[in-house]
Amino acid sequence: MSLTHYLVLAAILFTIGAVGVLVRRNAIVVFMCVELMLNSVNLTLVTFARANGTVDGQVMAFFVMVVAAAEVVVGLAIIMSIYRTRRSASVDDANLLKY
Amino acid sequence: METVPADGLIAASWLLIALPLAGAAVLLLGGRRTDRWGHLLGTGTVVAAFVLGLLCTLQLGGRRVDVDLFTFVSTGSLDVQAGLLFDPLSAVFVLLITGVGALIHVYSIGYMAHDPRRRRFFAYLNLFVAAMLLLVLGDNFVALYVGWEGVGLASYLLIAFWHERPSAATAAKKAFIMNRVGDVGLALAIFLMFAQLGTVSYDGVFGAVGTLAGGTVTAIGLLLLLGACGKSGQFPLQAWLPDAMEGPTPVSALIHAATMVTAGVYLIARCAPIYDETPTARAVVLAVGAITLMIGAIAGCAQDDIKKVLAYSTVSQIGYMFLAVGLGPVGYVAGLAHLLTHGFFKAGLFLGAGSVMHAMGDSVDMRRFGGLASRMKVTFVTFGLGYLALIGFPFLSGFYTKDAIIEAAFDRGDGWGYLLGGVAILAAGLTAFYMTRLMLMTFFGRPRWEPGVHPHESPTVMTAPMVLLAVGSVLAGFLLVVAFPLESWLTPVFGEPEEAEHVVAPLVVSVLVTVVMALGVLTAWLFVGRREVPVTAPVRVSPVTRAARRALYADAVNESLFMRPGQWLTRALVFVDNRGVDGAVNGLAATLGGSSSRLGRTQTGFVRSYALSMLGGAVVVAGALLAVTAG
Repeated sequence: MSLTHYLVLAAILFTIGAVGVLVRRNAIVVFMCVELMLNSVNLTLVTFARANGTVDGQVMAFFVMVVAAAEVVVGLAIIMSIYRTRRSASVDDANLLKY
Repeated sequence: METVPADGLIAASWLLIALPLAGAAVLLLGGRRTDRWGHLLGTGTVVAAFVLGLLCTLQLGGRRVDVDLFTFVSTGSLDVQAGLLFDPLSAVFVLLITGVGALIHVYSIGYMAHDPRRRRFFAYLNLFVAAMLLLVLGDNFVALYVGWEGVGLASYLLIAFWHERPSAATAAKKAFIMNRVGDVGLALAIFLMFAQLGTVSYDGVFGAVGTLAGGTVTAIGLLLLLGACGKSGQFPLQAWLPDAMEGPTPVSALIHAATMVTAGVYLIARCAPIYDETPTARAVVLAVGAITLMIGAIAGCAQDDIKKVLAYSTVSQIGYMFLAVGLGPVGYVAGLAHLLTHGFFKAGLFLGAGSVMHAMGDSVDMRRFGGLASRMKVTFVTFGLGYLALIGFPFLSGFYTKDAIIEAAFDRGDGWGYLLGGVAILAAGLTAFYMTRLMLMTFFGRPRWEPGVHPHESPTVMTAPMVLLAVGSVLAGFLLVVAFPLESWLTPVFGEPEEAEHVVAPLVVSVLVTVVMALGVLTAWLFVGRREVPVTAPVRVSPVTRAARRALYADAVNESLFMRPGQWLTRALVFVDNRGVDGAVNGLAATLGGSSSRLGRTQTGFVRSYALSMLGGAVVVAGALLAVTAG
């Protein structure tokens, strides 16, 4: 398994995540797609750490995980409160902030 | 001549200005509470100032006294001390202003008795007296300028005293604006003095004027002359003075005949050391005087408004004074003597005209007067004496002082001297003509009164000042020229009088002037006295008469040369402002507003579209980085 395989997988995962964020309406799904993108980046970091024989990438991946965990807490809380007020988890329903 | 510090009563000469100023302040701030005794207070302050001025003058005795007051402006290199200069020249002006001023205040008590705003009238008159005294007493050009503007303000307020009449309001504006043109000249002259000499005090400027370049001195002289022309109604700024007759008659007598309009003569006489250095400017003064005295005399011959005749006469007589002071050292005393006698008889004539108007229901049209001699004996006699003094009847005031000017003109000796003397003699003839015409149309002939008019003599409070001024008109010339020569009194100011070499013997001049004067009177009698005066002005008249009626088209010239181009310029500027400046600013705002509202459309509120733009941005940045690092 060469370096390229890992990177291609990461790219595919990132693309799936990005497309998911752009096309899906359900906030939970969008949220999971964001997680997917973060993890594809983690994969890239760990891959390069392994290829270069250093731990920098791995350390970075841990940081990303910590931030992602915190983000999940805040993000799910926001989604919850939006759902409570609007009885919907669609991101398109929360479109009041505009021109 | 050195100045000496003030002592005795002269140290208190600031009271001369402070008294009328306090009067004006009390009357203006006191409001209606002072209505009952306001006129008495106003008159009292001026009478007190006259008494004080007289005592100061008696103490003066040919010295130049400097009265230090306080520091007016002290900033950087500009240091203006507020001080008064009480010398023989300002003393005669103080006496003229307060003396004639006091008489006219007394007269106004009667003249304005039925006016609901009499108190305000006296307040303005007091303000005027205070400003005029500051003008003649200041020891530097800034104080003079403050007084100069003060009398301009008082003149404006008083011309527009009956501001509910549109003609009065317009006349006041006209006077103010034309004065402003002159004031700019005076202000520029003061700027120039400060820029070149670093001082604005009389002593400083006159002491150093010899060190200046010739062109600078000429510029200062010409700018001062512009200021003098504006204030004194001289060519080319003469058109405001006749219109100023819209004000109450005592105002015409005090401000527009006896005192304020002679401020220009004072300015030029005071600035004698400057004009001594610049023959060019002095020649222009001469020309202005000669032109104006002819314009005034010609225009005076064709007016039907009694006050306008007197106004053009004033313009013409001040032309004589300018001519005199333009002649240089030989003419200063003659010009000032004429100024003083003119102050007496012209004020008397105006008060007489006011008395006639009072009797005729405020009419000024001489074609509707006639035959008033028997109805108004005191007015007739006092007016008649003023008339004789003005036309130069032998041994009355005008005879002495006008002849002195004409002699001085001849004494130049060259062709110009003969020309100026000839013009002055011709104008003396015209003066006799228009004044005789006025007398005949007003006091003689068949009554042509409007129905319902019952002429009656004015009350004593009005006739008494007229009598005093008439006595002054008769005696002033003799007193100032023969008995107590003004020449020796003014020696400390203008230096020892030189014994003039007479080109034409004084006796010849006197006889000549008297003959021309008699011819003028005779002509007037032939044209006006012998026949019936039509009650409406004839329409079919010669072009000369038509031109004289319109004052030689002074207004038309001003309107076509200055007013209309000014209006065009204003309209062009308004157009540029509306379309050009406003257009650019509004256009820019509209462009920005339109484009930002279009940009605002991209803010849809959909999170996904924001995410797309973020992704797109990230891709662009990544692409750019790749392109840079790869390339």
